Amino acid sequence: MTAIVEVIDVWKRFDGLEVLRGLSLEALKGETLVVMGGSGSGKTVLLRHIAGLIQPDRGQVKVFGQNIEALSEEELLPIRRRMGFVFQGAALFDSLSVHENVAYPLREHTRLSEDRIRARVVAALARVGLPEDVLPLLPSELSGGMRKRVGIARALMVEPDIMLYDEPTAGLDPTNARLVADLISEVQAGVCDTSIVVTHDLELTRAVATRVAVLIDGRFAALGPRDAVLESDEPVVRAFLTGEATSHRV
Amino acid sequence: MEAYLRRTAMWYGGLSLLGGRVLRNLALPPSYLQHVVREIEVMGVRSLGVALIAAVFTGMVFALQSAVNMARFGAEAYVGPVSALAILRELGPVLTAILVGGKVASGITAELGSMKVTEQIDALRTLGVNYIKRLIVPRLLAAIVVFPLLTVLADVVGVLGGMVIMYLERGADMYTYWNVTTYWVVPRDFLMGVGKSVFFGAIVTLIGCYNGLSTEGGTEGLGRATTATVVHVTMGVIVSDFFLTKLILILFWGRV
Repeated sequence: MTAIVEVIDVWKRFDGLEVLRGLSLEALKGETLVVMGGSGSGKTVLLRHIAGLIQPDRGQVKVFGQNIEALSEEELLPIRRRMGFVFQGAALFDSLSVHENVAYPLREHTRLSEDRIRARVVAALARVGLPEDVLPLLPSELSGGMRKRVGIARALMVEPDIMLYDEPTAGLDPTNARLVADLISEVQAGVCDTSIVVTHDLELTRAVATRVAVLIDGRFAALGPRDAVLESDEPVVRAFLTGEATSHRV
Repeated sequence: MEAYLRRTAMWYGGLSLLGGRVLRNLALPPSYLQHVVREIEVMGVRSLGVALIAAVFTGMVFALQSAVNMARFGAEAYVGPVSALAILRELGPVLTAILVGGKVASGITAELGSMKVTEQIDALRTLGVNYIKRLIVPRLLAAIVVFPLLTVLADVVGVLGGMVIMYLERGADMYTYWNVTTYWVVPRDFLMGVGKSVFFGAIVTLIGCYNGLSTEGGTEGLGRATTATVVHVTMGVIVSDFFLTKLILILFWGRV
């Protein structure tokens, strides 16, 4: 299968702390790759490298076969338009309504009429299980689960080839977490080619993953098919999965 | 000391890089014209009161002080041109830049800083939006329109304020006052101040944007960035005014 995303020997340091230490992985076309790891293990940093939001100190990040770490912000824009990024806190534009948030990519990148934009927005919200009533609401008037789903709807508007999810179930109750997990599976089946999910949620991993990588202290302790990793005998991986792991970094 | 110097060098470097990126993005599509118009309204119309009140009182106090002191050596007749030159060449553009600039730039820092700490700028980037073009360029273009316009209005009310107070307080003849003023003041004096205000508008906005974009440390960091912007804008205007004045004098006034 074709590799859509390639991370090759990536190193990253912040304020003297080595966050990523020679990470390498591939995300293949058609799969949902889940990157698991505890808080501060570097999961989000890895995801931000893949979106080109930060650049590695060393190593390469290739997306759609292009080395993105060498590209300028302007050169990255066409590549980013083929990606959807769902932020942990949804990162909705707080001064815009739900309708304006979801319509934002269409207004920026297309010349569709307002009627067609509205129809697309309503369809995207329906896909994530939200009614039309939420259109005029501001992000501050939504619950955490609704905000997350609006974030997914907004990311889907660019019809991305890759979806990147940063802790999509963090802070959600079990019902909303299950809804989001179902949504990730639906999106993977119907919209995009590849999904990369960063999480520490074992339930979500079981529900959506094709392959799993376990990131501990900036390195992959395991990387392989979901069941093989989740049933791994590797002591470090087992310790993480059973909640007994302790990070060496504080 | 070393850390302070490194931070300062990084700040100037970052500001220059941002300036370079803004220049590079000016020519790129889309134009975001409606955002430029909105920013002109936000910066200009909402700052008009501050600029004009400061200008009229400065014009009045400057004329009054000049009159009292110039009368000591019989030069009260020249209060008009002295006040007008001070207002047109320095006080109008500098006061407008400091007052309006502080207000506008701290607002920009607060807005962009808040967007930064809540990942809204990263969200824009992941949606394939050129955030320099979308967030910075419209503000900069608006500023280089608004600051000269406000300066012109501040000049007008400043000079008129001086004239009115001279009439009311010192019994000056307004017709003579105006004639002496317009005899000594030339268009270059007016253009010098307006020209400087274009630069002030750009630098003030760039400082506001840069401090907003480099905000770190949540809401506490946002507060620090906003305060820093007011200080940077004030110092930036005062210090750059000297060098800009020197440059303009060399370029347009011959030997100085």
